Amino acid sequence: MIVAEKKPLEAIARMLEGSGRVLAVGCGTCVTVCFSGGSKEVATLAASLRMKRSIEDRPLAVVEAMVQRQCEWEYLEPLAEQMKNVDAVLSLGCGVGVQTLAERFPTMRILPALNTLFMGLPSAQGVWEERCQGCGSCVLDKTGGICPVSRCAKQLFNGPCGGSQNGRCEVDEATPCAWHMIWERAEALGMSEDLMSIEPPKDWGTSRDGGMRRMVRNDLRLPEDQDKEGNE
Amino acid sequence: MDNFHPEVVAFCCRHCAYAAADLAGGKRQPYPSAIKIVELPCTGRIDVVNILHAFEDGADGVLIAGCLDGSCHYIKGNLYARQRLDYVRGLLCEIGLEPGRARMINISAAMGVQFAELASEHVETVRALGPSPLRRKINQGEAT
Repeated sequence: MIVAEKKPLEAIARMLEGSGRVLAVGCGTCVTVCFSGGSKEVATLAASLRMKRSIEDRPLAVVEAMVQRQCEWEYLEPLAEQMKNVDAVLSLGCGVGVQTLAERFPTMRILPALNTLFMGLPSAQGVWEERCQGCGSCVLDKTGGICPVSRCAKQLFNGPCGGSQNGRCEVDEATPCAWHMIWERAEALGMSEDLMSIEPPKDWGTSRDGGMRRMVRNDLRLPEDQDKEGNE
Repeated sequence: MDNFHPEVVAFCCRHCAYAAADLAGGKRQPYPSAIKIVELPCTGRIDVVNILHAFEDGADGVLIAGCLDGSCHYIKGNLYARQRLDYVRGLLCEIGLEPGRARMINISAAMGVQFAELASEHVETVRALGPSPLRRKINQGEAT
């Protein structure tokens, strides 16, 4: 899931300085299950903002709304009606949700209420940890399902750095050493010999540098879209 | 400030504090009329937004009264309530309200006298903090 957390209320309030009526929109997927942008969090943020602004003698009306998925056009359609009487929209979605709203409603101010943190999992109740950086060329087959890109502070591919102590990372003792775990896992799988071969430098061309990435599946595309592009 | 009559919403677990409040009444043990009791099946039922809505609707204070540690009928409901209250206190600071307006107490059903004492204590804390600025706004709104 995509993990996000609420911005400080002060920062959100600053974004809404000139607004008198806003629509707060939650998202029913990732940010609902990480308790940052579900219906309860929308209600909590709406009440907090209303109270803060009321205390400051500048009342703010906050309309609460939820969509199943902010990152897909079709789910955003019902919001068009609710946006008619507001001067800004506060998205409690991840960065993708905010941008999808901004693209769909180009004349409306769309503001982020959350900071999007990472792709991860709930490692314990109330605790979320990063597991994937979307590097674009997965190596989990070689590392026993433990990612050296997201979990090794130095993103090493040929064993630990030598600074780890007792299975903990030297950068942060709270973090387990990814390569310690990879080795233990390989031993449990009887595959530790596989780790002896040298992994060549990774091709980072698929990773985050170089602007927006795109994935295209021509078999899924609309024929008319492909025709249009062919004629351009 | 002399004519300030605080309103404190008390979210009470029915297995302990609600019965304790009842016992206080049965014993003719007075507690302030400022206390407005909301009965809950367990304090673990309370959500962050319920506490915020109490303040938004004009409560000067909130009291959460749950079972003694280790005595929750649902094992950990009172512990969850305390964690949520800690979270709400942080939100109250962000909003601009004093976190001391919200407090949790832990008592058993047999502690009617203590319920009255602790509830009175919280009402006095709230009285010292003065009326909630939100309540003033609501009253102004009603007057206009």
